[in-house]
Amino acid sequence: MTTVQEQQTIQTEFKNRMNEDELLNCMRCGFCLPSCPTYIESGFKESHSPRGRIALMKAVVDGLIEPDEDFEKSLNQCLGCRACEPVCPSGVNYGHLLEEARDIINQNKKHSLPVRTVRKVVFDGLFPHQNRMRTAMGLLGFYQRSGLQKVARGTGIMKLFPESLATMERVLPKVPSMKEMKNRPEFLPAEAPKTKRVAFFTGCLMDTMFLETNNATMKLLQLAGCEIVIPKGQNCCGALHGHSGEKSGSKDLARKNIQAFEDLDVDYIITNAGGCGAFLVDYDHLLKDDPVWKDRAIDFKNKIKDITQILYEVDFHKKVKLELPYQIVTYQDSCHLRNVMKTAAAPRALLQAIEGADYKEMKDADRCCGSAGIYNIVESEMSMQILDYKMEQTKATHATTVVSANPGCLLQMKLGIEREGLSDKMRAVHIVDLLQEAVK
Amino acid sequence: MTVQPGAITLDIINMAEANGLFYPPDPGSMKSSTIGGNISENSGGLRGLKYGVTRDYVMGLEIVLANGDIIRTGGKLAKDVAGYDLTRLYVGAEGTLGIITEAILKLVPKPETKKTMLALYEDLEAAARTVSKIIANRIIPATLEFLDQPTIAAVEDYVKIGLPTEAKAVLLIEQDGSPEQVDRDILKIEEICKSEQAVSVQVAKTTEEAEALTTARRWALSAIARIKPTTILEDATVPRSEIARMVRAINEIGAKYNLQICTFGHSGDGNLHPTVPTDARNREEMERVEKAFEEIFIKAVEFGGTITGEHGVGVMKAPYLELKLGEAGIAAMKAIKAGLDPNNIMNPGKMFAKDTRKRVVVGK
Repeated sequence: MTTVQEQQTIQTEFKNRMNEDELLNCMRCGFCLPSCPTYIESGFKESHSPRGRIALMKAVVDGLIEPDEDFEKSLNQCLGCRACEPVCPSGVNYGHLLEEARDIINQNKKHSLPVRTVRKVVFDGLFPHQNRMRTAMGLLGFYQRSGLQKVARGTGIMKLFPESLATMERVLPKVPSMKEMKNRPEFLPAEAPKTKRVAFFTGCLMDTMFLETNNATMKLLQLAGCEIVIPKGQNCCGALHGHSGEKSGSKDLARKNIQAFEDLDVDYIITNAGGCGAFLVDYDHLLKDDPVWKDRAIDFKNKIKDITQILYEVDFHKKVKLELPYQIVTYQDSCHLRNVMKTAAAPRALLQAIEGADYKEMKDADRCCGSAGIYNIVESEMSMQILDYKMEQTKATHATTVVSANPGCLLQMKLGIEREGLSDKMRAVHIVDLLQEAVK
Repeated sequence: MTVQPGAITLDIINMAEANGLFYPPDPGSMKSSTIGGNISENSGGLRGLKYGVTRDYVMGLEIVLANGDIIRTGGKLAKDVAGYDLTRLYVGAEGTLGIITEAILKLVPKPETKKTMLALYEDLEAAARTVSKIIANRIIPATLEFLDQPTIAAVEDYVKIGLPTEAKAVLLIEQDGSPEQVDRDILKIEEICKSEQAVSVQVAKTTEEAEALTTARRWALSAIARIKPTTILEDATVPRSEIARMVRAINEIGAKYNLQICTFGHSGDGNLHPTVPTDARNREEMERVEKAFEEIFIKAVEFGGTITGEHGVGVMKAPYLELKLGEAGIAAMKAIKAGLDPNNIMNPGKMFAKDTRKRVVVGK
């Protein structure tokens, strides 16, 4: 609930902070509509479409409507997948508008105590501190390995959680031990004639829960002839903060990352999570009003590249033999990798180069799976509806291996497979792990 | 094909093509537009010259009238002259006479193949002469699109595909049909372009090359839309023979009101899209924009054209309808409206203006 007082402050902030040029730039043509998952799944409601949300934002700026609960709901229901951006003839930066609007609302409204506590723990206490991330993941690992997990499932306590969360608990990957998580070297040499010198952005979740994928990423880079620098001072990219209306938190993280990767004398900074990569390439926008950091942010963003893109560019798939036992493989785009980092052809080309992998493109592979950060937890109903559609398309390919290039999408696809009862026939893997598996 | 009004145009096109058939109308918005909207607006598209517009593919309709009666017009017959042709009346009626709830569409055989070419000109007249000459040579291309110099400059500035920004006109030409026919027509068109001093003529050899040649046309609107926040796009239409005169008149009007006007469009059917990048917050400039468009409409009608070729009248162009129809024409239309919708409950406020020639381009 927002009070009248809060609504007034939000309205004033909208007037002061929203980019009016960008709002006006939308000419309401509707080209975005067929690309918007929530517009489709809501039964074609304009208020759940990109142009509808822009119209609502503009109406708040113009003082025509109040930023009431319906308005907030419309913004909350947005996945932030940004599929509307590449199809927009005017090139409206919808993602930036959404981030600003969410920040204004969140900073000016008093959340309920439990929500406040969770947000404080997650955004201030946990994600910005990689050592704490490791501890938290360590606890999860302990939960999984100690037998507690079995006990918890046995008692039926998981039934107290929302259905999607309970299923999510079942599909979480096996977390590595604390010791494994702490042993990260700072430099790795190339294992083939040197092609590039790169830095690796480890990410917070990727370097804990998905440690194996990070290890595989570096192995592939080495095989592709890259020498790798892994700077110590790096931290979470800040995407989670940025997408949840915690802009100042994400700016702090951005500055630390830029500093950590400066002066490394590298060609590229490599990421293996589309969600992080897209946020990293947007650092220049995030820090555009900061004279000290603006130009440094531009230098940083120009070096960001997804792992699939660099492997493709250095002809990894032509130089290294890739082979798997026969299986049908399909690929689910990471929205941010595709729509923001514009990387869509490289992952497909790599998959098609694997001998034994029968690649089948799924219908609407470019449509969001409904994961969207913590969307699948906070907007569970819509998320599951979107996932059901995704699983229909996945099943139609008869694939046994579903590949993604972002941890959030990966978990969501695992969730989908579990929900459909297909765990014995179908698996979801990160593209890097599949490539590693295929290396002979 | 029998469809309900909410079906998306592109879905209909794809469904037809999956069955070896063809639904030709291809409005620019076909990915998001519904067929009900297309029928109510009598939408056009790039293939209008050769294949006609939505009207030419609607065979029958189911309509709910203002009084609640449900009627069916037309049907699947090629010949049927029983009574007034209400199907044609309702196509393009902009929802002011009743609600369309179902439609029977005509499909044609899908053309076997298609070829694409692009010609650049240093002289606007030469491009216009090329268009006339192609038709005079008994060739009707599937697509015959035109970009003027300001549009070419805007596109090049935005997409950087190596277009010479000093070129005065670009023609994008496509022909479809049987392979022999297409080859022969494209060869002939190439000759015509060269005889009219086109500075460059490129014929695509592959689908990828064809795709590349259409880039400039596809990005025209986007490139212009990004120049300034507000984009106002109109669709004044003139007879094919008057295209060069019309484009020149538009450029003169732009200079007179100190506005950047980019014109592109369907030169084969004379349907032009003069487009102004502007800013709705600039009241003074908006007034100049309105005056400029009023002059453009007057010129179009003067050249034997119309105020709108495919976008419809709606609210924005209602004040100018009389320019095209005259007082008696408006009266006849109002009589039809009064007869079918006496209480004015069907899309009120559209088509007929309270006062003529007072237009507010961007309302609050």
